[in-house]
Amino acid sequence: MNDKVKRNRPTDETADTTPIVRMERVNKHFGELHVMRDIDLSVAPGEVVVIIGASGSGKSTLIRCVNGLEPFQSGRIEVDGNTLSPNGASGKSLQAVRTEVGMVFQQFNLFPHLSIRDNVTLAPRKVRGWTRQQADDTARRLLERVGIIDQADKFPGQLSGGQQQRVALARALAMEPRLMLFDEPTSALDPEMIGEVLDAMRELANDGMTMMIVTHEMGFAREVADRVVFVHNGQIVEQGPPAALFDTPQHDRTQAFLSRVLKH
Amino acid sequence: MEFNFQFDWQAAIASLPFLLKGLPYTLLISFAGLAIGFVVGILCGLMRISPTRWLRYPAIVYIEVFRGTPVLVQVLFIFYGLPSLLGGPINALTAGIAAIALNAGAYISEIVRGGVQSIERGQREAGLSLGLSGGQTFRYIVWPQALKRMIPALGNQGIVSIKDTSLFSVIGVGELVRQGQVYIAQTFTALEVYFMIALLYLVITLSLSMALSLLERKGLVG
Ligand SMILES: Nc1ncnc2c1ncn2[C@@H]1O[C@H](COP(=O)(O)OP(=O)(O)O)[C@@H](O)[C@H]1O
Ligand SMILES: [Mg+2]
Repeated sequence: MNDKVKRNRPTDETADTTPIVRMERVNKHFGELHVMRDIDLSVAPGEVVVIIGASGSGKSTLIRCVNGLEPFQSGRIEVDGNTLSPNGASGKSLQAVRTEVGMVFQQFNLFPHLSIRDNVTLAPRKVRGWTRQQADDTARRLLERVGIIDQADKFPGQLSGGQQQRVALARALAMEPRLMLFDEPTSALDPEMIGEVLDAMRELANDGMTMMIVTHEMGFAREVADRVVFVHNGQIVEQGPPAALFDTPQHDRTQAFLSRVLKH
Repeated sequence: MEFNFQFDWQAAIASLPFLLKGLPYTLLISFAGLAIGFVVGILCGLMRISPTRWLRYPAIVYIEVFRGTPVLVQVLFIFYGLPSLLGGPINALTAGIAAIALNAGAYISEIVRGGVQSIERGQREAGLSLGLSGGQTFRYIVWPQALKRMIPALGNQGIVSIKDTSLFSVIGVGELVRQGQVYIAQTFTALEVYFMIALLYLVITLSLSMALSLLERKGLVG
């Protein structure tokens, strides 16, 4: 718990309590499949929320709704003052949301035809209108921060998985997002590379970034999360501080899930 | 058994100046047709994968019609058929370029569709998640990668279309084959002249192949 005190996030007195993300009674179907059932979830500025649950329970769908990669059928999602409405939001607010929300994918999704530097600078230049100089300076700073500054001229295919994922993190951060989404960022990595990516994420959390993270790394969740959300069958079954949720889960489903993943 | 004729190299060389007068037409029809066909192909290829029905359906009809009918019939239709609709004659060169453009355009549409659809969904999602618009994501991320994958198929189509222009001798465009026929009618040197014509086509198509593989290898595209 000590490490959380160190984070330079707003103290309770000055805290802006307006949530960055507010999901209200969100429902989503894939055809017959009801993948999100009345999801209510708010995320405060600076908060780190980890979403756990079995494969297929709807975790990816949930966070992909937050930046409009998935449309939803009913309910409301508000992100940093922009409202996403059911069945495809209006283009303007959708792009406004995506400009303020960064995302790191399981498969990295780096742009293979662009150098590492250009992967990082493309969006700031085209979306924010930064000059190449400005964008390059930011890229250098971010690549240094994630420990890949000496690879800036290489292409994604020349990097290890762990390095690629750290570039993907730098690429998202270059847009100076207010919120970061992570969809199983270490699941496609060789075991020896998981640590370096988690370290970079931990550092980001300590800097006060608001984060929503889907992960199976329970140790990391316990250490870094302010709140853990357990999802089952498209529903939020239980949520709370990591110590409470991991040590004294209230719901049978949570207990069953945790006993399965923590045993291994 | 005895062959009482032989290949007359001198006659072959002698035909060259006359044949070469047809070369500009062959090249013009090929490259103007392919250039327009490329634009048509990009447009219709993208319409073909559009979620909007009234963009997709016309593209499907166009592609199926022009892939499903012979290019010879297409050019005859344009040159002899269309004038009665338009109320005025169509220049043979224009008809030839239009036929190549429309025919290659249909095939290139399918090449474009395949190329764009071969790019992993995550690429587009990564672009959108960074705040790029749909158009920017396509232009900076999806298209350059798709184009690179399309090069071999585009090269193929280029070669096919260049060879297709030989059919347009029937509408009297003075391209390579037409020039050859005129020359043979005066000199009766069919063997030598058709050999030279074949050689000229080979030079054009091999140059194109080599240029494209160079482009591919040097990574100048994408
Ligand atoms: N594009 C899609 N079309 C149809 N079904 C989908 C699609 N994406 C996900 N699903 C289904 O929705 C459910 C939830 O998926 P997902 O959100 O990816 O779960 P998780 O990330 O928790 O593993 C799964 O049953 C999955 O098969
Ligand atoms: Mg998932």
